[in-house]
Amino acid sequence: MTQRIVDHPILGSIEEKEQVSFTFNEKEYYGMNGEPIAAALLANGVRTLRHHEEKATPRGIYCNIGHCFECRVTVDGKQGVRSCLTPLQEGMVIESGGTLPTPVKDWSAKNE
Amino acid sequence: MNNVIIIGAGPAGMSAAIACAQKGLDVVVIDEYLKAGGRLLGQLYEQPDGSWWNGIEESARLHQQALDLGVQIQLNTPVNNIEHHDGQWTIYTEHETLSTNHLLLATGAAESPIPVPGWTLPGVMSVGAAQVMTNVHRVKPGERGVIIGVNVLSSAIAMELKLAGIDVACMALPKMSQLTDQQAHPKHVLDSLLHVSHMAPSQFVKLGSKLMKNDFMKKLGVTFYPKRGVNMWDIPIQLRKAVIEIYGEKQVEGVTVATIDSNGEIVAGTEENVEADFVCIAGGLYPLAELAALTGCPFYLIEELGGYIPLHNERMETPLDGLYVAGNITGIEGAKVAAAQGTTAGLTIAKQAGFEGLDGEIEEAIQVVEETRDQSYIQFHPEVNKGREMVKEKWEEYVLPLRSI
Ligand SMILES: Cc1cc2nc3c(=O)[nH]c(=O)nc-3n(C[C@H](O)[C@H](O)[C@H](O)COP(=O)(O)OP(=O)(O)OC[C@H]3O[C@@H](n4cnc5c(N)ncnc54)[C@H](O)[C@@H]3O)c2cc1C
Ligand code: FES
Repeated sequence: MTQRIVDHPILGSIEEKEQVSFTFNEKEYYGMNGEPIAAALLANGVRTLRHHEEKATPRGIYCNIGHCFECRVTVDGKQGVRSCLTPLQEGMVIESGGTLPTPVKDWSAKNE
Repeated sequence: MNNVIIIGAGPAGMSAAIACAQKGLDVVVIDEYLKAGGRLLGQLYEQPDGSWWNGIEESARLHQQALDLGVQIQLNTPVNNIEHHDGQWTIYTEHETLSTNHLLLATGAAESPIPVPGWTLPGVMSVGAAQVMTNVHRVKPGERGVIIGVNVLSSAIAMELKLAGIDVACMALPKMSQLTDQQAHPKHVLDSLLHVSHMAPSQFVKLGSKLMKNDFMKKLGVTFYPKRGVNMWDIPIQLRKAVIEIYGEKQVEGVTVATIDSNGEIVAGTEENVEADFVCIAGGLYPLAELAALTGCPFYLIEELGGYIPLHNERMETPLDGLYVAGNITGIEGAKVAAAQGTTAGLTIAKQAGFEGLDGEIEEAIQVVEETRDQSYIQFHPEVNKGREMVKEKWEEYVLPLRSI
């Protein structure tokens, strides 16, 4: 479980922000208004943001600043949104991309 | 049409915006991140005079100063493409299309990955990712981490994690492979660590910087490097152990380390597990120059500056009309150098936009860049000055034949 850093010896107390609610894969969570979606999820102990399209292995953030696209999720129906860059807002519906179908592999697994 | 468009709201882009706006130009700054400041945001370290370099405060100061001068700052706005037609630059963002005669690229740097087995597991992140989570968003990347890759940036960030109350189990090298080459070689790492020794309370590293001036001594240093590692800010730094794998079912549960000899080869049978819930990978920085590559600007590989560099002169002009570069896109250095380069670029743009009598100020700004570089607290590459000289030579070679036509 990860936590927020409420007090910091140099940076001081955490900035007070309004709390908002959102859903991720149909489960309800709370986060701070305007913080990146990835930070809000991590503060709730959620590291896995999606599964690799082909291998179905779990993936989370890598660079946290928009370069690697590892953190992409679907936000209010918009696919491929980088969760490390996107500010959280009240009522957002966030979903993992999920595994894409791999018809060729599925077919060969069944028929070979 | 805007007078000036700047891509990147880091210290370089913001300082340039301020310099342009002070001369009365209309400036638009575009950045894909949700806050202004770029990679300055996460920085936090104690300076030699005992004061703290607080990236969040510095960023807020630059942001406010720019707003006060009327600079337009568009955040959450990725730039996808740029084109050049009839002396005019067209900038395609995710939301709209803009145009200008003066375009500054200040897109900064990115981190190189090190593909250690298991590195795609959730909980594995770049060391910069952990820095931003901790210092900017104030969420712990985990309770106990392992840092793979020992360099200036990872040493600084290890200390920042400790400051925030996060346990760092150890820092170690990655297993040697064709991809990791120098970063996995203990002698090379020790060599570059000697350049951060003033930040390290450890007697070993401190003495090291005085004693190990020649190669032979360095080799000795590695051979006698204590097997248990040395401690920097209470974090064991292992130059004689390498991470061979990151393990975990659904997310990181730990790493397997093994002893390596002074050439970086694994000693069989020495494997052991270190528990952790996050892993940081520190592969070093390289200039993020994708947008500059789209323009057809010539590039040169200069290792001393961290990678491929778009050709530019000291006034921050590229050989293309109306295209300028500043900050880490021109080579990896600290935030203060990036800001000084930004100021230079801003003054150069003001001059090219028709503002007269700026030559003296531009010369002074170039001086400030050099002085800032010489006084730098964090040096990403020990031979950065040599790298800068190489760019100057390339510029001369490039413009000389054009002049004689
Ligand atoms: C992860 C990381 C950690 C670092 N930590 C330190 C440190 O602790 N100490 C230190 O001295 N130096 C550090 N550096 C070096 C750092 O690059 C410089 O200190 C300084 O921030 C460089 O300033 P800049 O203005 O050139 O670029 P940056 O500060 O990187 O700013 C560039 C900006 O451009 C934006 N951008 C890039 N591409 C696009 C695009 N296509 N569309 C829209 N916006 C875009 C980015 O979002 C970013 O905000 C770090 C670098 C990185 C990458
Ligand atoms: S974590 Fe790399 S783009 Fe979001």
